[in-house]
Amino acid sequence: MFPFSFEWVWDMGHIVFHGGLWYALSILGMGMTYCIIKAVYDTVKSKDGGHGSGHH
Amino acid sequence: MDQHNGSNKKFGMVIDLDKCTGCGACMVACMAENNVPVREDETNKMLSLHWMRVYRLTNGKPFPQSEECFLPRPCQHCEGHHGHSPCVSVCPATATDYDMHTGIVSQIPTRCFGCRYCMAACPYHVRQFNWWDPVWPDGMERMLNPNVSVRMRGIVEKCSFCYHRYQIAKDKAYAEGRRELQEGEYQTACTQACPAGAILFGDLNNPKHAVARIAQPDPAREGKSRNPNAFRLLERLGTNPKIYYLSTREWVRKAGDTEVRKPEKA
Amino acid sequence: MDSALIPNGVKRCSIGQFAVWIAINGAILLWGVWALLLIYFKGLNQTNMTNAYGFALWIWADLAVIALGGGAFFTGLLRYIIGKDELKHIINYAVLIGFVCYSSALLILAIDVGQPLRAWFIFWHANVHSMLTEVAFCLTCYFGVLTIEYIPLILENRQLNRVPFFHHLAHNMHHIMALFAATGAFLSFFHQGSLGGVTGVLYGRPFGFRTGLLVWPWTFFLYTWSAAACGPCFTIFITRITEMATGKKLVKDNVIDLLAKIAGWMLATYMVAKIIDTWYWAAVTAPSMGFTLMDFYSNNPGSAYGIWILIAEILVCGVLPAVLLLMPSLRRNPSVLFAAVTLAVLGACLNRWVMVLQMQAAPVLSFEPWFTYFPSWQEVATTILPVAYGVILISLSYRYLPIFPQEPELNPIEGGK
Repeated sequence: MFPFSFEWVWDMGHIVFHGGLWYALSILGMGMTYCIIKAVYDTVKSKDGGHGSGHH
Repeated sequence: MDQHNGSNKKFGMVIDLDKCTGCGACMVACMAENNVPVREDETNKMLSLHWMRVYRLTNGKPFPQSEECFLPRPCQHCEGHHGHSPCVSVCPATATDYDMHTGIVSQIPTRCFGCRYCMAACPYHVRQFNWWDPVWPDGMERMLNPNVSVRMRGIVEKCSFCYHRYQIAKDKAYAEGRRELQEGEYQTACTQACPAGAILFGDLNNPKHAVARIAQPDPAREGKSRNPNAFRLLERLGTNPKIYYLSTREWVRKAGDTEVRKPEKA
Repeated sequence: MDSALIPNGVKRCSIGQFAVWIAINGAILLWGVWALLLIYFKGLNQTNMTNAYGFALWIWADLAVIALGGGAFFTGLLRYIIGKDELKHIINYAVLIGFVCYSSALLILAIDVGQPLRAWFIFWHANVHSMLTEVAFCLTCYFGVLTIEYIPLILENRQLNRVPFFHHLAHNMHHIMALFAATGAFLSFFHQGSLGGVTGVLYGRPFGFRTGLLVWPWTFFLYTWSAAACGPCFTIFITRITEMATGKKLVKDNVIDLLAKIAGWMLATYMVAKIIDTWYWAAVTAPSMGFTLMDFYSNNPGSAYGIWILIAEILVCGVLPAVLLLMPSLRRNPSVLFAAVTLAVLGACLNRWVMVLQMQAAPVLSFEPWFTYFPSWQEVATTILPVAYGVILISLSYRYLPIFPQEPELNPIEGGK
């Protein structure tokens, strides 16, 4: 999993595998972060503005 | 830990099936040496742990043409193509390894989490599972070999070519200022226990060793033997094993490979 | 009693009736949990697996539910990426079924490993060359995607949705769902394929071994393809079962018809590929390893693995349902459609069964016999456990979440409660 494992040898497989894995995890992580931050923002905004849902 | 000195070894065996009497001493020696547990009921061999197992083969013919042969089967330590043995690359947790310096397929019991994918991969049923925790009869735990760790339930284990003996022999040689082992300094327990001298063990890369002289592996054909009486189990699959069997009997040699499938039964 | 939680515009059975239904399934679930505890405390000796059958009922169940759960990724792909907009009326349910399938698969895997406390080794000491490693990573990640897709549905519960933060979160997640769906399709392609690769790479097992493209055996592509074909069939199958159980029409015919048509095309093309693969394996791959086709299908106890199994998988559960799904006049007949999707689902299950169990049953050494296996009750109970869990989760979701957007329209109720 990590290059500090004693048996670790870098090869093409690691680059492809970890490339794909972290690409997918980053998209999921960034997507969810965006949703949560925007939901907090929308919530605060809707409280300020009385009501305000579904403005897309 | 790497005490590699430049020349790659390829430890392997030659087992003369015409000499094997099926006494089972190799199995007993292996179990004692490697702390392989036994259960009260060992009738189902597919639930037992045997790093070395002796099969009984018959030529399937009626008396008086009937013949039988005993075939001891340790781990075949397959090399495949360039160390790509059937079981090693499938292990998801890197709990097994092909050592290019010795040709030994290792198993790390504390790393294995028991997915059993390697068992599905091995066509020889060499890899076996600890279905139970080991239970030693009273007093027997004092007989355990301190050089081999006992294994717990839920993991896979297999023959290691008594790798701990290699480590001990190397330590001794290094202490004596030597870098190379003599042929007799590293021998497996089954080899030493065989009363008929049917099992030989040594370095297939070293032409001075008996195994190399008898097996005569052809490096150009993935180790296929040049000895007409020698064969390897399931050679056709490309597993490239390091156990060479000898027999002057043709039906025995045919039983070993898939090329000609006969209805021989255990 | 729980009417405040039930979505607007739909009618549900009484809480008492619902409680009895949950209790029945709960009892089955507890039976499974009892078996699970036995296995955890006593070990895998509670199963009928042997050294010859290291993979058995559980791994089959795992492969089967993942294939059938493929309806979620493929329907998502069609809806969000390819733009088949009608499928928005069934995507919720496809996601829910996928969620049940994948959580079940993870549960079964957690029971199956010999040392469950070390299960994290598969991530920590990962061997990236192992198909199982790829399966574990992609499966876990994709389960994350399904959770992300399921969360907005939960948040749309009438009471939860009144909390402004939840309301906005669900809305935002819906808004970028295409991104999650695309990631899910990417992950699914690899783990569905890797499951096919699990047996395809075993060159010591001529029954399972296949040649392929680069590091991927042909089974890699066949498994992904069959999941895309049979997954939607399973979605339709479960939708029909739900309609029978609730006595209501929940999804309009045009939606089902579109999904069935696409599944039919996928199944038909999959069958062409599968037949070519089988032929190549029987004529070239297996003979090159010293085996004839009939070595794998004869001389076994009770002909459990006779050639009938190949005919059943390819013709009865493959070509036949593909034809039924492709002919508009046939698939528009509800009974024919149900028969077709049932056969397709059985075909996927049979394919996984054969690739896992027959692969190990068939002897490779000439002096070994065929190996037989019959699961222990603990294995059966722990395999039924996820089914009971799935029924409970689907029942709860159906009762409290707006899973079927067309339900109020198809089943108008007076007063519009």
